Amino acid sequence: MQPVTRIHSRTAVMADENIDTDRIIPARFLTTTTRTGLGKLCFNDWRYLPDGSDNPAFPLNQPEAKGCAIVVAGRNFGCGSSREHAPWALLDYGIQAVLCSEIADIFRNNALKNGLLAIVVSAAEHEWLLANPGIELSIDVQGQYIALPDGGRISFVLEPFARHCLLNGVDQLGYLLQNEKLIAHYEEQEQAA
Amino acid sequence: MSAKTLFEKIWDAHVVAPETADTPAIIYIDLHLVHEVTSPQAFDELRSRGLKLRRTDRTLATLDHSTPTLPAGPDGERPYANAEAKAQVAQLEENCREFGVELHGWDSSERGIVHVIGPELGATQPGNTIVCGDSHTSTHGAFGALAFGIGTTEVGHVMATQCLLQRKPKTLAIHVDGELPKGVGAKDLILHIIGHIGVDGGTGHVIEYRGAAIEKLSMEERMTVCNMSIEAGARAGLIAPDETTFAWLKGRPRVPQGEAWDRAVAHWRTLKTDDGAQYDREVRIDAGTIKPTVTYGTHPGMAIAMDAPVPAARNAVEQRALDYMQSRAGQPMQGSKVDVVFVGSCTNSRLSDLREAAGVLRGRRVADGVRMLVVPGSEAVRRDAEAEGLHEVFRAAGAEWRIPGCSMCIAMNGDLAQPGQLVVSTSNRNFEGRQGKGARTVLASPATAAASAVAGAIADPREYMTEVAA
Repeated sequence: MQPVTRIHSRTAVMADENIDTDRIIPARFLTTTTRTGLGKLCFNDWRYLPDGSDNPAFPLNQPEAKGCAIVVAGRNFGCGSSREHAPWALLDYGIQAVLCSEIADIFRNNALKNGLLAIVVSAAEHEWLLANPGIELSIDVQGQYIALPDGGRISFVLEPFARHCLLNGVDQLGYLLQNEKLIAHYEEQEQAA
Repeated sequence: MSAKTLFEKIWDAHVVAPETADTPAIIYIDLHLVHEVTSPQAFDELRSRGLKLRRTDRTLATLDHSTPTLPAGPDGERPYANAEAKAQVAQLEENCREFGVELHGWDSSERGIVHVIGPELGATQPGNTIVCGDSHTSTHGAFGALAFGIGTTEVGHVMATQCLLQRKPKTLAIHVDGELPKGVGAKDLILHIIGHIGVDGGTGHVIEYRGAAIEKLSMEERMTVCNMSIEAGARAGLIAPDETTFAWLKGRPRVPQGEAWDRAVAHWRTLKTDDGAQYDREVRIDAGTIKPTVTYGTHPGMAIAMDAPVPAARNAVEQRALDYMQSRAGQPMQGSKVDVVFVGSCTNSRLSDLREAAGVLRGRRVADGVRMLVVPGSEAVRRDAEAEGLHEVFRAAGAEWRIPGCSMCIAMNGDLAQPGQLVVSTSNRNFEGRQGKGARTVLASPATAAASAVAGAIADPREYMTEVAA
């Protein structure tokens, strides 16, 4: 994983609550055996009209949302399945951060492991971000704050190990493998019990 | 020693390294279930790093999501939805061969939905930690196992190390007091619970279901309840193991036998929340007030008694959900015209579910214009159902009797509904487009699904059950 230290972008707002993983990437596209190239399928059934053209009602099809890497989403983003295809698709689509007052557990875990910043902010800050689309934000992973255009800051907390891995591009499997002795010890104890 | 919850007992027994401020705990995983959809990229990761799969004896694979539920044609070709689905299945077969994983594939008499076969084989046991690249892994919590869904990166972690990095979740006790009324089942109960606590009511928590009404549930019913824990956002759902659990597991292929069985049961009896142990949150539900329950919107938290008026939308998103579903505020769901009925999925595809549906359908016909699919959860369920003649009941009623798989629950194998069709489904998710683009899903129990198939409209199964009894 490449280090993720700072993301600077305008925001796009997807105000719907409970945007589930089936909306992020419909199940029929999960027959893939790779993790690449899913961006064009991201939000497929919402983003395109039946004739394949862009749905003008889809929030990220709005001209002002083009090129935005930060999405402010309605509460409980990413609910539903455990498919890691959801963060793979979002990243490939160009989204690098999702800001929300509450993010579904499995999605958040999957996102952070892939360098997609899934960040929980307070309900009041969330309201404000939803009400102010298109503002320029700078997310600082080291400092755990979001810099606002007026110089203000919104602070957030990332799980410390996830943050460490993001900042250093560390891969969590490598860390687990370093603990092989502990794992082997656990297995011996268990065998003896 | 201080009083512990059931969750804490299982967690503590699996800590390889405790959590610190800087690092999550390393938790040992007893059983890793694998299927074709969320595993290929993880096997690739092992290959690219030159790693072995650490514990093949703790890994069990099956084919379920992308598999067709119609049999192979005369040419032996299975009717896959597309070439990619076929290749995905072939990939799992190849990966299991290469890494030495036991696969219940097409040639296995035990193949089936991953969350149905784990318990059937006795691979699911009390006190275990169980994971799978599938959010409905919470099903196995019915046995007093800590079971949860993980993403593909974590699937790779477990393959390589048999461990996961986890922060300790919070606990939520859901006490279900009283007794479920006659004709009201586990599916009604869990839909009612999710409707009550909300689609995100369990986020960050492991739920323990307890109380008189839970203790009375059969293992199949407990699985239905725990299965849908994730639909309230919970990490996992748990029920303390008891005599019902032990009786159900005894003699299954992978459980200990003889003296080892007695020792295991003695240990399993300790797996319950101690008096005085604290949960982070507690909720009480009165089982006696629950009616046949269905969903009316586009997530499982939008659930109400089928005869209750659909609540008015509180915001634009809810209004869009009602519009999508063509549900009308103030009107009950009961009586809504039905196009498709699906009985199946890891929520409701076990023998008892099929009996429940067949009990309503026996001697009756699926209404004209309604398509009904019945998909058993496993080859074992299929065998048992056919031995009882349930398949004949379904066929005589005009329903299709398929071979096991996830089928129309996730609708990635070609079993799907058409845009605008209303599906009464025993599955677990009513998300927009879940059962086919534009399809409208109403979640319900097997009895409600069958009654609705007969009536051609969402119907109260109790009216049909009484007639059968009389």
